Amino acid sequence: MVTCALARLSVRMGFSEEARMNVLVCVKHVPDTETRVKVAADGLHLDLGEANWVVNPYDEYAVEQGLQLKEKLGGEVTVITVGGDDATKSLRQALAMGADKAVLCSDPAFEDADPWSTARILAAAAAKLPCDLILSGKHGVGGDNQQVGSLLGQLMGIPVVTVVTGMDLEGTSLMLKREVEGGTEMVKASLPCVISCQKGLNEPRYPSLKGIMAAKKKEIATWKAADLGLDPAALAPSFQLKKMELPPPRPAGKILSGEIPDQVKELVKLLHDEAKAI
Amino acid sequence: MNVLVFAEQRDGKLKKASLEAMSVGRDLADATGGSAAAVVLGQGVAGLAEALGKAGAEKVFVGDDALFAQYSNDAYGLAVGKAAQVFGAEALLFSATAMGKDLAPKVTARLGIGLLSDVTSIVTEGGILFRRPIYAGKAFATLAPQTGKPFGLTLRPNVFPVKDSPKAGEAVSLDHGVVPGDIKAVVEKIITAQGELLDVAEANVIVSGGRGMKGPENYKILEELAREMGGAVGASRAAVDAGWISHSHQVGQTGKVVSPGLYIACGISGAIQHLAGMSSSKVIVAINKDPEAPIFKVATYGIVGDLFEVVPLFTQAVKAMKTGA
Ligand SMILES: Cc1cc2nc3c(=O)[nH]c(=O)nc-3n(C[C@H](O)[C@H](O)[C@H](O)COP(=O)(O)OP(=O)(O)OC[C@H]3O[C@@H](n4cnc5c(N)ncnc54)[C@H](O)[C@@H]3O)c2cc1C
Ligand SMILES: Nc1ncnc2c1ncn2[C@@H]1O[C@H](COP(=O)(O)O)[C@@H](O)[C@H]1O
Repeated sequence: MVTCALARLSVRMGFSEEARMNVLVCVKHVPDTETRVKVAADGLHLDLGEANWVVNPYDEYAVEQGLQLKEKLGGEVTVITVGGDDATKSLRQALAMGADKAVLCSDPAFEDADPWSTARILAAAAAKLPCDLILSGKHGVGGDNQQVGSLLGQLMGIPVVTVVTGMDLEGTSLMLKREVEGGTEMVKASLPCVISCQKGLNEPRYPSLKGIMAAKKKEIATWKAADLGLDPAALAPSFQLKKMELPPPRPAGKILSGEIPDQVKELVKLLHDEAKAI
Repeated sequence: MNVLVFAEQRDGKLKKASLEAMSVGRDLADATGGSAAAVVLGQGVAGLAEALGKAGAEKVFVGDDALFAQYSNDAYGLAVGKAAQVFGAEALLFSATAMGKDLAPKVTARLGIGLLSDVTSIVTEGGILFRRPIYAGKAFATLAPQTGKPFGLTLRPNVFPVKDSPKAGEAVSLDHGVVPGDIKAVVEKIITAQGELLDVAEANVIVSGGRGMKGPENYKILEELAREMGGAVGASRAAVDAGWISHSHQVGQTGKVVSPGLYIACGISGAIQHLAGMSSSKVIVAINKDPEAPIFKVATYGIVGDLFEVVPLFTQAVKAMKTGA
């Protein structure tokens, strides 16, 4: 599949103005960052209360990037998620932004999917879709794994560039800017590849009213384990959940008083003698 | 359990986080009756085996090759995978640094094993358990590896101590089999930020500034304090969004989640997304002119006052303590 995509792309992009790029965007449906969490009655999961579920913030950069490439080169943007029926809300949101197609990978066997299972589900689905480029978010808020994009690329045998804040097309290659410790790195990767998107890459658009109306009519395909040729037994989580806790409350702190210069002196003394932090 | 630790070096120097990981690897091997080894990649890095031996490595697989002079997840992924196979690794440890987070999933996917990100504590008595923050630290999950199945972990920097546990640290040349054509994503250029201090993800002291900083020029006073303490400069999202400082400094749920020994919040109110990213710091100092600011709820020490008065005095006092002591 992947090699076909590459051949197709190099033919298309080599000569013509009509280079088309089909982009697959991985989108995760997550509780928004305002969410306050509680431990659920089972002691294993979280009770997210009335959390508002949204497109993972980093995935918005991925959708936006896909749309910009499509506007420049033509082609289609397909959004895909592994999740329950409620995740269609995020797919609709991406369709409203302008994505063409959406796929929901949903099956009871996917319910406890960890990053490794999620990546295998996405890889099986990606093999059935035309894609010259796969975009993911840098990380999914909540799970905080920062894995799925990289796992997917490795599974598909294509290059992976993570934490990307800039992208330029050069022939059949991408020139990517990525954040590294203490600086930026420019990386060149040939298509097809997986890119994980970081804040700074673009400014995600808001869906227009027209987009929202159009999204309602777009069809969302639902694929189950059997459709993807996946064995549910093989998707068991790699680690077994044993306990869920909230962080212990921090002991009450000391608010210093007095003249500011004296407070600062006391602070430094406390940091040195009591907290042993300096 | 045979434990292999990926040891990260930069400019021929081992990262402190890698020694932390090595110490964890040693403990894990001892608790399960296995052996611990490290793998180090780069050019001219064979000398690093000694330090890794001191932190508990029996063996150090050394990939000393021009192909590894510049990090790439393709070349490093292949080589670490190879080392894992040669060693018969049952646990594979990385630091949750920028490189570790980029590399670990490449390796575990290659080996077909699971990976747990950002582990902050490990229990080895009565079965192995790993604890990790989720929702940027709003909750902690405890998980156990599946019996008999190899796995990978990334470890949060600054939370595990470096322990002296001298072992042979025997350097073994790694027959990595990597060829130039394996590198598919090629680094063409590195732009080092000017006068950049440490990265917040790795620093043990972070001096962070928020909207109260009023403008980009004022970050200088935070830099001075950070420099005095060997730390890094962090920021709230409000400051990043205002364009005062780059996003790589942002602390919080959509920035970096950090656990330094000391976190100093200057002109930061303490919104839930910011607290999520820093409230597991060992000691927190809040400097804010609003006594009602939520940041004081998590602070170990607080000063209610104008940061433009407090911070320079703070820097002076630290300097005085260092020279006076
Ligand atoms: C999806 C999403 C994700 C987010 N992710 C993050 C994240 O990762 N990290 C993050 O930080 N935020 C994040 N936020 C934003 C967060 O909600 C807050 O808006 C932000 O943290 C506020 O930054 P601040 O504390 O610097 O600014 P403010 O809330 O405006 O606080 C400024 C503080 O400075 C004090 N002050 C002003 N002048 C002085 C002075 N001279 N001396 C001393 N004190 C002074 C004020 O009293 C005030 O408390 C996110 C928000 C959303 C919606
Ligand atoms: N269930 C999922 N469905 C679709 N994409 C996902 C899913 N989980 C993670 N991803 C993608 O992988 C990225 C990284 O997620 P994570 O590894 O969970 O932090 C996200 O930003 C998404 O783009």
